[in-house]
Amino acid sequence: MSAVTVPSEREDSSATGDGREITVRYFATLREEAGTEEELVLTSAATVADLYGELTERHSLSLPAGSLRVAVNHRVEDWEVTIGEGDVVAFLPPFSGG
Amino acid sequence: MSWRFSRRSRGAEMGMFVLREERLNPPEYRDGLAAVAEPGAGAIVTFGGHVRDHTSGQRVERLLYEAYPELARKEGTRILAEVQRKHELEGLAAVQRTGVLWPGALAVWVGAAAAHRETAFRACRQVIDRFKTELPVWKREVLADGETRWVRPQGLQREGRG
Repeated sequence: MSAVTVPSEREDSSATGDGREITVRYFATLREEAGTEEELVLTSAATVADLYGELTERHSLSLPAGSLRVAVNHRVEDWEVTIGEGDVVAFLPPFSGG
Repeated sequence: MSWRFSRRSRGAEMGMFVLREERLNPPEYRDGLAAVAEPGAGAIVTFGGHVRDHTSGQRVERLLYEAYPELARKEGTRILAEVQRKHELEGLAAVQRTGVLWPGALAVWVGAAAAHRETAFRACRQVIDRFKTELPVWKREVLADGETRWVRPQGLQREGRG
C-alpha cells in the first residue's frame, strides 16, 4: 500500500489523509489475477486512478487502466473521481455479454 | 425472481430487465410482454442469443457467464428506458442469464412490441446491440481441448489463457 498521502477533495472526516477503508470488487480476468472477487482495502489514494495503480502493483494486474471502466457505488464513474470512506469500487474489464 | 408485468407499469417504466441464473423460459417472457402490449401491438419481435458450439473453428464445451449484478440491473434498465424513449413501443423487455451455459442454451432474450413491425425490429436490435457493449457481463469459453479464455469484445484481440 502506498504511504503517500494525498488530500481528498471531499469535505468529510475521511479527507484528513489518514486513509480510507473501502471495498474493491474485481470481475473476470481481474478477479482471477487478484485471487478474490472482493476485498477490504485501506488506502490513501485520492482518486480511483491512483487506487488502481496501487492495486496493480499489489496484485500484478495485467490490464492497463485505459482498457477498463470503473464503477463507484455501482455507478460508472470517471477515473478522476475521489474516493470516500466506505465506497465500493469496481474495476471492469471490457464487457463481452449477450 | 418472478417474471411479472403489471398493467400499471405501462408508460415510461414499462421496459423490464431481469438478470437470472436459472434456465430462461422465453414463452413466459413473450406471453408477459404480449399481455401488456395487446391489443395495440401489431408486431412483437423477439431475439434469443444462444451458446454456439464452436468459435473460430474450435469446439466450445461450455461458457461461463459472469455479471456485476447491481450494475448490470441498473444498466439493463437504463438501456431499455433509453430505447423506449426513442421509439413508439407498446412494450419492451429483456432477460440476461449468468452462470454455466452449455451449447444450445439461451443466454439472452429481448422482446419488443410496437404497433408496426419496423419499430419493433429496430428497438429489439438496438437493445441487443447495446447489451453487447454496455452491460457489465463477461463470458469465459471452455474449449473441448480444455483451454479456457475470456471472450474479448469484437474488434479487440482475444486473450488466450490457461
